[in-house]
Amino acid sequence: MTAIPLVALVGNPNAGKSALFNALTGARQKVGNYPGVTVERHSGRLALDDGRPIELVDLPGTYSLDPSSPDEEVTRDVVLGRQAGERRPDALVVVADATNLDNHLRFVLQLKGLGLPAVLALNMVDMAKRDGLAIDPAALARELGMPVVETVAVRRRGLDDLRAALTDALTTRSGVATTVDPDIRQFQREARRIAAAAIVAQPRGRAVTRSLDSVVLHPLAGPVILFTLLFVMFQAVFSWSEAPIGWIEGAQGWLAERAIATLPDGFLRSLLVEGVINGVGSVVVFLPQIIILFLFILVLEASGYMVRAAMLMDRLMAGLGLSGRAFIPLLSSFACAIPGIMATRSISDPRERLTTILVAPLMTCSARLPVYAVIIGAFIPARDLAPGIGLQGVVLFALYLAGILSAMLASVLIRRTVTRGVGGGFLMELPRYQWPSPRDVLIGLWQRAYVFLRRAGTIIMGVTVALWLLASYPVAPAGVKQSEYSVAGRIASGLEAVLRPIGFNHEMSLAVIPAMAAREVAVSALQTVYAIDAEDEEQGATELGGRLAGRWSLATALAFLAWFVFAPQCLSTIAVIRRETNGWRWPLFAVAYLFALAYLAAGATYWTAVAAGLG
Amino acid sequence: MTIATHIPLPQPLASLRRRAPGTVAGVDWALLSDSEARRLREFGLDEGVEVELLHAGRFGSGPVAARIGRMTVTFRRHIARAIHVQPV
Repeated sequence: MTAIPLVALVGNPNAGKSALFNALTGARQKVGNYPGVTVERHSGRLALDDGRPIELVDLPGTYSLDPSSPDEEVTRDVVLGRQAGERRPDALVVVADATNLDNHLRFVLQLKGLGLPAVLALNMVDMAKRDGLAIDPAALARELGMPVVETVAVRRRGLDDLRAALTDALTTRSGVATTVDPDIRQFQREARRIAAAAIVAQPRGRAVTRSLDSVVLHPLAGPVILFTLLFVMFQAVFSWSEAPIGWIEGAQGWLAERAIATLPDGFLRSLLVEGVINGVGSVVVFLPQIIILFLFILVLEASGYMVRAAMLMDRLMAGLGLSGRAFIPLLSSFACAIPGIMATRSISDPRERLTTILVAPLMTCSARLPVYAVIIGAFIPARDLAPGIGLQGVVLFALYLAGILSAMLASVLIRRTVTRGVGGGFLMELPRYQWPSPRDVLIGLWQRAYVFLRRAGTIIMGVTVALWLLASYPVAPAGVKQSEYSVAGRIASGLEAVLRPIGFNHEMSLAVIPAMAAREVAVSALQTVYAIDAEDEEQGATELGGRLAGRWSLATALAFLAWFVFAPQCLSTIAVIRRETNGWRWPLFAVAYLFALAYLAAGATYWTAVAAGLG
Repeated sequence: MTIATHIPLPQPLASLRRRAPGTVAGVDWALLSDSEARRLREFGLDEGVEVELLHAGRFGSGPVAARIGRMTVTFRRHIARAIHVQPV
């Protein structure tokens, strides 16, 4: 057990807690999980003025110690010393928004009653001053009986003072436990009294936020702005990523050439070129799109717009049996269902939360893009339906739409059957608008990119290499196709019996097995299988799309697309559902209903296409 | 209860004019669920607190945005009907 003091950052949502955490610890953060729940544990180290190291942990924002969602429970349990796998903090840094002092003080008082040494970081004092709100920190400290430090986390101001106050607090270990009064209204009245004593000048109000809101929340302009933003976001995911994808493909080709030129022909070279470089490379090319999607999501969240979007979407979501809160997790699921499902922990109603978890995999995550992109590129002609509207783009849009519409339908059905019951309503704070700090956005992007690359380097590479081995051995005698003779080929032949009726051929049956690990592996699996059958690596490196176009019928290709709209093909997502729902019941339910949908949709697509003469 | 004629009657937040502040005269907690009531208290909703309807959503349905004290929050319309406001 380490003896390093543990300090927890606690505060209301929107108090600027995470910005303060980033400012204090920089990029040296560890993102982990609390055992038993998927609430992320963000921690980092910093040195105090006397050189002593401390561990700082950033707790989820909450309004009181009376939690109404799983992430708020973690905050309560940590500060009470009841969270499994976490020591009780030695001190607290309580973060309060200076512009919302009277309200945030209530939670400060409740935390003070815990008796831990505590320092109040009075954050966003610059915003308060801009609003014309003047607070006397000395008066506030006197009334509260707690050191008060003024900070502006996004501009890294007040950090030295905060470290000094924290050093003092940890040295003297002051703090008196008082009985925790269950009635928050008494805390509220005390908070208002203290705020009145500390506030020297009253503001006129949040002028900027109010005038922005009158446009953003306008009954007509609001939805138009929201859908324009979403449209721009999806456009950007494709158009901005073209150049960086080209660079990654260039690097991948160069690496493969180098390997072919330097290594002698044989097992190692084949493994490296066909398994590692081409297999992992075909997945890493999607890093730019994932980063762009998360860039939008992080900026929309940090700016304060995301809650407005949730408000605008609430009426529609209510019609599906959900609430506006489900909008944010579902939007994140377009990047990846895993952070999306994890984001559902802020939904307080258990039925709505479960429903959101179950439909999140229907949102077209970025891992499906490689599959869609390759098939569309190979089978859908690149012609314009109208000036500026390409047929390929329309097909891609239709696939996204199919995912959204089926998620809506599934949500209505699930809410009327397995999660039947009254919902939890919709109640959220609308934070003030602010410019996202580039530093905080970069840290968030780095964390997402790191998780993706780690996945590509471990799960995806492992699966690709394993598949390459299974598909390469035993070596087929002359005249027999390797992809059918090998171990993988024989397994696929068994599966093909089931998938043949919906138009899948042998190679596709082979590709859907490793795609269980991660959907995008379907592309590298097809690449590997066709490369193994090809005469040599040069030919094996031929563009996958061109090869597919010659071998698959259009009906087969469309069936494959329809399959990937629904198939729950990602073990990590299933694992996250299991962790979030504490058991196998719901992940198995999700797997069953999504596979059934995938099979039926692929079948219906294939049979329709064949009937239309496309077989 | 008798009310002098020159004092306007308290009315639900939902039917207040936008941007016309008032103080909370009373809250019909019975119309709200436990979790809604608790969160509203955490947002600082209490008798005597200044509130203001900011945005009323689309065509008289959907959630509203309101100011409670110094905080801006959004909630569904039935909550706005349960908060009775004394116009100032």
